[in-house]
Amino acid sequence: MILGAGQAGGEAAFRLRANGFSGAITLLGEEPFLPYQRPPLSKAHLLGDMAVEALFLRESSAFEAADIMVHTGARAEAIDRAAREIRLSTGERLGYDRLILAAGSSARRPGFARGELQGLHVLRSIADVARLRPEMRAGARLAVIGAGYIGLEVAAIARKLGLAVTVFEAADRPLARVAHPMTARFFRDLHETHGVRFEFSAAIAGIEGNTRVTGLRRADGSVFACDLALLGIGGIPESGLAEAAGLACDNGIVVDDSMRSTDPAIFAIGDCCRRPIPLYDRRMERLESVHNALESARIAAFVIAHEADPETPHKAPMLEAPWFWSDQYDVKLQIVGLSAGHDQIVLRGEGPCFTLFYLMSGRVLAADCINMPGDFPGARKLVQERLRVAPEILRDTSLPMKEILRLAAAPVAQSQ
Amino acid sequence: MPKVTYIEHNGKEHVVDATLGASVMDAAVKHNIPGIDADCGGACACATCHVYVDEAWLGQLDKAGAMEQSMLDFANEVETNSRLSCQIKLTAALDGLVVRMPASQH
Repeated sequence: MILGAGQAGGEAAFRLRANGFSGAITLLGEEPFLPYQRPPLSKAHLLGDMAVEALFLRESSAFEAADIMVHTGARAEAIDRAAREIRLSTGERLGYDRLILAAGSSARRPGFARGELQGLHVLRSIADVARLRPEMRAGARLAVIGAGYIGLEVAAIARKLGLAVTVFEAADRPLARVAHPMTARFFRDLHETHGVRFEFSAAIAGIEGNTRVTGLRRADGSVFACDLALLGIGGIPESGLAEAAGLACDNGIVVDDSMRSTDPAIFAIGDCCRRPIPLYDRRMERLESVHNALESARIAAFVIAHEADPETPHKAPMLEAPWFWSDQYDVKLQIVGLSAGHDQIVLRGEGPCFTLFYLMSGRVLAADCINMPGDFPGARKLVQERLRVAPEILRDTSLPMKEILRLAAAPVAQSQ
Repeated sequence: MPKVTYIEHNGKEHVVDATLGASVMDAAVKHNIPGIDADCGGACACATCHVYVDEAWLGQLDKAGAMEQSMLDFANEVETNSRLSCQIKLTAALDGLVVRMPASQH
């Protein structure tokens, strides 16, 4: 039984079959859709360049061919661990031998924006875009709360569509939680060049309007008038059912290297889980990314298939360094690795095309590639293999990444 | 609709009726053809949709772009007919295209 029919849930179902799992597979999702790609929601799909149909990961015929039962529009209300059953909102009970929780994450809402208000938006689903898109009219005033990836991507699309855009951010720069000030500076300049206005160190205290948003109220009492507002202040894991069922949760359902929760029959994957990352000394992380969705799904599918049939050899999935991407205007940002703990920054390239390497004791921990797609595969390899490279080598743009990999020193040993 | 034949590393063949304008990767993923992972969904960022294009069809395709080439530089077991299937858009002229998959995409 897989709870959550997003990219992680769908991947787990197909990977179970690819691993030879012959039991019944049920995929249960709240949304009325088969698994679809979420990254384009704040990019091409919002712009109108990518139809809903193009978002779907697999045809319904592929689910039939793989004998995967899909229940869309189904809401689970409780997990009964003792009976190994899921209770749906309809009262129906569905039994399981193994349960995979893949419920994803939802938009964080500040206390002042809990209620439904016309013109107040979040962006996590097809339905969210369907609600937002008709309001993205040229000339409308959009207030974006939060200068993270979703906020900035929506700002970029809104500018393309001719809206007036102001981004409010509590920190003193965009992407403050995820990127170095140098990368942040680049994105600030990029958006300002395209006509986006920023208010940094902003404190928003409330939303104005009774049935429809008319403005944002700052902490000092002043009001910023707008026609619509987007909340982009991060996601929270959908771990409510797991918590209620007594599974260990701590900003996500806590799992081990096998994606197994504190109940051996229950696994958690994708945005809703918090898992050890082997590349960073098994530090526990909750990651919202396609890479994390796919990798965690493949691990859980491998483990479950292998338990069901230990006689058959199963190939364990390759673990890769976490990676992310974002498209804003014509800029392609590709990130590999997690930069926390870095003690040195090395800049390769300049102007609108550069790669920023994050090093710790000489080891390449992470990299931001900005309009440097040619650097990205090499950077992935450096991070993945824990290689040490001298800064002057990384900086030297006359050396292609292939050459840099040849010059890299021996990998840093794993400390576990 | 252009037909594409995908041949797994173990020799197993799959024929897909693809949508015109879709990529060779799209068509494979939507029909759950094993051997093409396409982790990035076509953003040309992962090189997990690597295929070998049948020699007879190579002449029909545009050359790999710079971005695709730099991804391919780091893929496994690259041959002269290696391509990223997300970068091959299906046209009527490609009806009958044959591609083979490598042993592994990772």
